Amino acid sequence: MSVTLEVRNLRTHFHTRGGILKAVDDVSFSVEQGQVMGLVGESGSGKSVTGFSIIGLVDPPGRIAGGQILYRGQDLAKISEREMRSLRGNRIAMIFQDPMMTLNPVLRIDTQMIETVQAHANVSKAEARTRSRDALGMVGIPSPEERLNSYPHQFSGGMRQRVAIAIALLHNPDLLIADEPTTALDVTIQAQILAEVQKLAAEHGTALIWITHDLSVIAGLADRIAVMYAGRVVESGDAASVLDRPLHPYTHGLIGSVPSRNKRGEKLRQIPGMTPSLLSLPPGCAFRTRCARATAACGQEPPEESPETGRMVRCFHPMEAVSA
Amino acid sequence: MFTWMVRRLFQACFVVLAMTVIVFVGVHVIGNPVDILISPEADQAERARIIANLGLDQPLWRQYLYFLNDAVHGNLGRSFVFNEPALKLIGGRMPATLELAVTAVLFSICFGVPLGLYAGLKPDSFFGRTVMAGSILGFSLPSFWVGLMLIMVFAVQLGWLPSTGRGQTEVLFGIHWSFLTWDGLRHMFMPALNLSLFNISLVLRLTRAGVRETLPMDYIKFARAKGLSPARVIFVHVLKNIMIPVVTVVGLELGSTIAFAVVTESVFAWPGMGKLIIDSINVLDRPVIVAYLMMIVLLFITINLVVDILYTVLDPRVRLETKA
Repeated sequence: MSVTLEVRNLRTHFHTRGGILKAVDDVSFSVEQGQVMGLVGESGSGKSVTGFSIIGLVDPPGRIAGGQILYRGQDLAKISEREMRSLRGNRIAMIFQDPMMTLNPVLRIDTQMIETVQAHANVSKAEARTRSRDALGMVGIPSPEERLNSYPHQFSGGMRQRVAIAIALLHNPDLLIADEPTTALDVTIQAQILAEVQKLAAEHGTALIWITHDLSVIAGLADRIAVMYAGRVVESGDAASVLDRPLHPYTHGLIGSVPSRNKRGEKLRQIPGMTPSLLSLPPGCAFRTRCARATAACGQEPPEESPETGRMVRCFHPMEAVSA
Repeated sequence: MFTWMVRRLFQACFVVLAMTVIVFVGVHVIGNPVDILISPEADQAERARIIANLGLDQPLWRQYLYFLNDAVHGNLGRSFVFNEPALKLIGGRMPATLELAVTAVLFSICFGVPLGLYAGLKPDSFFGRTVMAGSILGFSLPSFWVGLMLIMVFAVQLGWLPSTGRGQTEVLFGIHWSFLTWDGLRHMFMPALNLSLFNISLVLRLTRAGVRETLPMDYIKFARAKGLSPARVIFVHVLKNIMIPVVTVVGLELGSTIAFAVVTESVFAWPGMGKLIIDSINVLDRPVIVAYLMMIVLLFITINLVVDILYTVLDPRVRLETKA
């Protein structure tokens, strides 16, 4: 399998009045063709900013301060805005969290789809319309021909997310970044959308980066997982082994906070405290203030270690192979 | 839609009716037109004859009923002063005011929207800041002073533009218009600019606020993620969203621009309705005042109606329905 995207030591910093906010600090991971990469973390862990960095849409005052984003060997951090724009929505697409907000409320669906087709393909309006209609049909929207003439507010949340997915997949992208696309939806719809995206990605060999805070979503979907905390990847590896045998205490805590059937009656484990402000991160391991296993050694920056092949962890005191 | 129109018309009639009552009572409270109209040398018989002639010998409520009866038949009374139908007096002056006001509103759109867009897209740029600071002047400088300054600079010092009157007019549909001749346009430029200065500032600030509000929206980010050109994002996705408040304000301001052109018309000796109404109030020429105000009320109602209908064009979520 060829590597679609490789992120190396990505740093995205926001220059604010309060100082430099390191939203993404030395993040590395890679996604292969047809693979699903789960990017997991709490709010503010930098997972969305990582997604926006890849597609080149970090809003000022943020900017990519270092590292490489290699899409098929081409560094996206270096190319011009014009080149980036020809990739966006074409080879690299993105879907967002809130389907109520991703479609422009005052433009009809056909307008919003046809403009996307015509942005990257030199085709007639009629041809673009046909493609849009087919794309709507593909994501399971009934009577797509009539629905093309609707406005976003005439769709339900789930349907809107399907439209957004259809738009993102119009050009069969090599990479799809999904920023919590099911968070705002009902569970039943959530499952449908998940299945839909998984199927479409598999059909076209699209590499998928699925950003979420929801481990239960990721468990059934991802091939690989990277867990982010305070702008860093603290642990990564293939999905099954990370979820079964988490090495980082933070991952362990995250898994413990998910309610499940075999823990009925027990108190849910919580991670005490909250995500630290990115402006005043403690030196060393950012998680140590909330970590039961922290020692004086954690005041130092923990290096990336690879205790077994395909796994990475940043911790001085990794968990033993305990089942969560 | 139909019930909505009927209800609107009903409301309009009520507003007009209420307004006529207020004017009747108001003028009656201010003073007796007889004292102004009849020369002091007139003898008692002469006085009584004129008063009876004008219908001012009747009690106020009866005068009002007579007026209503005539009004229903399309007659709003004769001017006490000019002894001409009030409607004809006003109609003769209306085109001048209308073309001035419409030009002023066009100015406010043509200058306000582009400047506001720029200031919204580049809020930290020098030009953006200058525009915003300038708009404060536009709001706060008294219009008569600006008018005088314009005359001082462009008519007196530079001699580029004429300072008074409508210039050469051309007949269209049996009405004299200035905008059809070059000379008329030259005459119109300064008063229209003077009249529009406030509205330019208003539209500019509205546009800027709208742009600032719309830019961080997800659908704008999604539009960019689709790979659309910046021009398409700004002129279609952003602009269409901010046109709603702009159309509302421009619509309502057209009414007030017509109603309050008084100052500009006086400064530039523009022979419009504003001058007529000021004179009529001075001599308590009630029929003209009533007719003028009725026309203004109808104007506002019509404009509101048009604005409401425009909404449905601009914002598909708005539907003109009345809930029972």
